Formats: sequence, C-alpha cells, structure tokens
Amino acid sequence: MQLKHPAVAGTLESSDVQVTIHPNNGMGLDIRIESIVKAQFGDAILETVEEVLASFGIAEALVRINDKGALDWVIRARMQAAICRGADCSFDWKGEDA
Amino acid sequence: MEQRVSLKRTSLYVSGSSPANINEAVFYNEDCIVYDLEDSVPTSEKDTARLIVYNALRYQRPADKYVIIRVNGIYSEFLDEDLEASVRARPDALRIPKVESAEEVQKISAKVAEIESQVGIEVGSIELWCNIESYLGVINALEIASADPRVVALALGAEDYTASMKAQRTKQGLEMFYARNALLIACRAAGVDAIDMVFSDIDDLEGLREDVSMARNLGFDGKTAIHPRQIDTINSFFTPSKKEINYALRVLAAVEEGKRLNKGAVALDGSMIDKPVELRALTTIAQARAAGIKIGGENHAG
Repeated sequence: MQLKHPAVAGTLESSDVQVTIHPNNGMGLDIRIESIVKAQFGDAILETVEEVLASFGIAEALVRINDKGALDWVIRARMQAAICRGADCSFDWKGEDA
Repeated sequence: MEQRVSLKRTSLYVSGSSPANINEAVFYNEDCIVYDLEDSVPTSEKDTARLIVYNALRYQRPADKYVIIRVNGIYSEFLDEDLEASVRARPDALRIPKVESAEEVQKISAKVAEIESQVGIEVGSIELWCNIESYLGVINALEIASADPRVVALALGAEDYTASMKAQRTKQGLEMFYARNALLIACRAAGVDAIDMVFSDIDDLEGLREDVSMARNLGFDGKTAIHPRQIDTINSFFTPSKKEINYALRVLAAVEEGKRLNKGAVALDGSMIDKPVELRALTTIAQARAAGIKIGGENHAG
C-alpha cells in the first residue's frame, strides 16, 4: 500500500495514542515513539507498530507515536486508521477473514 | 409465542471514539455494554471508531458482558462499513437506530447474514436490538419485533420520539406513557425483551429511581444507562427482591406438585396459577440466579 500524504489518527487523551504518519519515499521506515510508559513498554509498542505497517505492506514511512498509555489494541486501531487515511483507502475488512 | 428469560437489566453506552471509556466500562456492573458508532462519534471519526471497537472486541472482549454494537442509521452512508466491521467483531447483538418498519429489519438481517457467511460465523447467530425512536416506530412496533428471528429486544428512545411527536420531554415522563406501553405490548406479543429509555439527568438519582420504578412496574426487562453512576440504581430495581423470589419458588413448587399429582389446575393462596404466573416466576428465578443470588440452598449461582 502506498501512502499518499501525511495523516493523523487518535488523540492525546489518557489511554489513547496519537499516530502521525508521512510518506517517506526511498528512505525506509523511521519510527519514533514518545510514551509515558516507554521504559516499560517501548519495545512492545514498536513491535505492534511494525506489525501493522507490515500487514499493509508499508516499508517506507515516517511514523510518530505519541502514546498516553494506550493498550495494544488501541495502538493497532489508531495505526490502521492513520494508514488508511494517509493512503485514501477504506480498511480491508475482508482481509480480516483470512 | 414462548417468551425467553435473559438478563438485560442495564445496557451502558460507551463511545467508540473513547478508548478510556471502553477500558473502564468492563469494571462496572452493567449487564450489557453498547459500543456506540452512532451519536457519540463525530462524523470525522467514524473510520477510527469502527477500528477501535473492532480491535477492542477482538483483543479484549469482556468475558461476562452481553456485547452490543450500535451501528449508524439505516439510511446513513456509514451503515454498510459499520456492518462489515461489527459482524467481524462478533458481538452478541447489533443495535439498530430509528427502526420504523419490518422491511428495514429484514434488509439489515440479510446484510448481516451475508457477512456472517463470508466470515464463517453461524448465520443467524448475531442478534438484533431495534431502537424505537419515532411515532412510526411505535405504531409499527409489533411488526418490527416480529420481523426476523434475530430480533430479541426493542429499546425505546425518548428524545427522538418526543421530537417526532412535537412533545416536550419532562422528568415525569407522561409524554412517554403511551409509547412505553405500546412498545411493551408489542414486545410481549412477539416474545422479545423490552428495554426502557434513558433517564437523561445523570445528577438526579432520586428522579432516576422514580423513573426506573415506573419502568419496572410497567413490565420492562431493563433500561439503557447513559452514565455508569446510573447502573447500580437501575440494577437494584430489576433484581428480584427476597419476597419476590420466595413467592416465585412457592409458585414453581405448586406447579411441580400439580404435575406430580396430575392435576389440571393448581392454586396457591386461593388463586389459580396460570401459565403467565408460572412464566413470571421462572423469569424471577432466572434473573435472581443471573444476578448472583443463591436460591434454595444453592452454593453457587446457577
């Protein structure tokens, strides 16, 4: 999937995460995480972010994560929303059936 | 039609756009959580709310709650994708806003069936709650409640209903009295549950008590809660009292004794026990057990 423009999803409220994603053509992945629980969960957050990017086939993107204590499923949902917004596409629900 | 017994005392709305509220909702005592994609979600956030609710239920589904997703309206541009997401989230039920005819229910049911089939879920397993929120919905309540086997409850929505009637909302709720009764009669005739309207003033617990007392006395099976602080008050009215449980046990014992002696008719305290009395007794016992009350020497909730 190709990102077409920058996109944002999520909020800075407690238990949420704000994901900002930019196209990064020819420059690979650049993931930066800011989190109130980075010391404890930074690796787990990174793993989720990379997993969602891979599920969309995205290998080139600037991703900024501003985490306010979001659980894994919130990070996953906000990442999916940001990618769909940046790629101007709807989420592929049928892909979840595989 | 045979009436079913289930526990739907409280259904709490949580916004699909608030991860914090979704996290907190599992810790309250509501029987049903309604994950909302409709009124509480701004138009610009419909896409993320779907993903939030889908992922919440896929990865952190509450084990001891009846899970409902309220989708956007039948004629909304968001409905088709809401259904794609919601069916795949495998809720117990979908709650459909502003239902006004049987045909609308059947169209939704057919779409749900199509997605259930694609996903590999048993077709027909996801139930429907229909929100009745207009005079037309009230007029057609029986055909809506009987429209499809998926329909297990009708829920009354007061704000839109009173707007459709050009009525004023009051705390006493006399303007809702006819609609409440009409909806109840339809539910009883169709054998589905009747869920009462929201009490909007979250700071007025005395007003809530009066309102839920009326709902319970009329015959409702539960009430929608708009704030967690309303849950325990509502539950207390829909949990049978010790006196009611004891009477129900005596009714059921008399019925059993009648069957044992092969009696055609059974009386208790000078009154005949007919089928509706027996059904009310069974409902009381089932509600008590589901609420965790130990009955007749049981050492665990049955």
